Amino acid sequence: MAGFLGRRREHDDRVPPGQYVTHDFPVLTAGPTEVVPTDRWQLTVSDGTTSETFDWDALHALGLQTLTTDIHCVTHWSKLGTTWRGVPVPTLLEAAGVDDLPYALVTSYGGYTTNVPLEDLVDRDAMVAVEFEGEPLRPEHGGPVRLLVPHLYFWKSAKWLTRIELLDYDHPGFWEVAGYHNHGDPFLEQRYHGD
Amino acid sequence: MTDSVPQPPTTLGTRPTTGGVTLLTPPAPLAHLAWRDLMVAAVVEETADARSLVLDAPHWPGHVAGQHVDVRLTAPDGYQATRSYSLSSGPGEAPTITVQEVEDGEVSTYLVRDIAVGDTLGVRGPIGGYFVWGGAHRPLLLVGGGSGLAPLRAMWRAADPTAPVVVLASVTTPTRLLYADELADRVRAGTAAATVHVSRAELPPDAVRPGTPLEALTLRSGRVDTASVKAAVAACGGPDADPAVFVCGPTSFVEALVGQLAAAGLDPRAVRAERFG
Repeated sequence: MAGFLGRRREHDDRVPPGQYVTHDFPVLTAGPTEVVPTDRWQLTVSDGTTSETFDWDALHALGLQTLTTDIHCVTHWSKLGTTWRGVPVPTLLEAAGVDDLPYALVTSYGGYTTNVPLEDLVDRDAMVAVEFEGEPLRPEHGGPVRLLVPHLYFWKSAKWLTRIELLDYDHPGFWEVAGYHNHGDPFLEQRYHGD
Repeated sequence: MTDSVPQPPTTLGTRPTTGGVTLLTPPAPLAHLAWRDLMVAAVVEETADARSLVLDAPHWPGHVAGQHVDVRLTAPDGYQATRSYSLSSGPGEAPTITVQEVEDGEVSTYLVRDIAVGDTLGVRGPIGGYFVWGGAHRPLLLVGGGSGLAPLRAMWRAADPTAPVVVLASVTTPTRLLYADELADRVRAGTAAATVHVSRAELPPDAVRPGTPLEALTLRSGRVDTASVKAAVAACGGPDADPAVFVCGPTSFVEALVGQLAAAGLDPRAVRAERFG
């Protein structure tokens, strides 16, 4: 037999364990690509009592910021140095006037859901993204608007974002119920339930 | 050590929820998935650049057609590389992956060129509860681009033999069609219909020699087109026959086909898709 040697590689602290660096942008979606025109797109942010709905213009009125970051998919690819533009989640929550409840359940057009603790949405770099690499976010990558939570596996970065609901309890989403890890930290390799 | 045994999902479908969106019904949760070292029990050369690795997996919990495994290779210096591969064997069969060599691929090249019977590789799984087929009595429409046929083979092997199975495949050249013999056998036996599109080359005049598997298959030049999609849907009994539809292949292929299937009258939410690359 010829044993596996692998590529000679330079260690890069930006790449979590079990990941490889890709220069493509693969697409993984549980279901068909949703095509939502910007003039029909809406995002509702709610804490169960207070609820605010943003359309395309209202979202942009909050002010876009630029973020360059690495992204990590549970299917083992990572993409380094990607540049996004969008509204930081703390800005959005403040504009919505919602209470700081400890959990969020995020819903996409098409019905996909994922759960993210509030601290992961407000203490790091999470944003509601509308541009990727200087271009409008394409539908297959979650456009017109997707959530971006770059420090968690990418299934947490819900495409075709339409609802963020803050909860006082944790409500696992689509993949989390299907056996994937509830939190999904790539540097702890939290891929599947029990990791 | 004992491996925890994930339970295959048993319920799949859709359930309505508020706001007009449809939630996909998730399957049962999986127990913790441990890494195991599995030995390669057999190697099947599928094409010039793809082969299937049959794994010797004592106490394999069984898998559902469409599930995948994570595969981890370890170099002598401890370096590891991990990838996901669809299972291409049917339920009840030994877990098998089909690997097509990716240009300049680190893992695929080793699995296609170097690994041999008796070697081991790290495996965890089976994984996945969305792109799966439990084998109910429904027409089955399987649409695959390139190595996207791998999970679809598991599905046609899982199919109810009394329900229509329609395979629509796209390959760059006829020689790169995976499972040509098996598809041809099914067509001859009347248990499947198969149309193969050859996207990159004109069909060579000698592509279909008598006695070769391709003779049994319907070959078409060029990319999968609306006519072929409509014919495949019709062969399933039409949209009203409520076929289960699975599409697997490169992203651009999947995006195009999901649109064409919708144009042929299928509800896009009834189409399950898996993309790679």
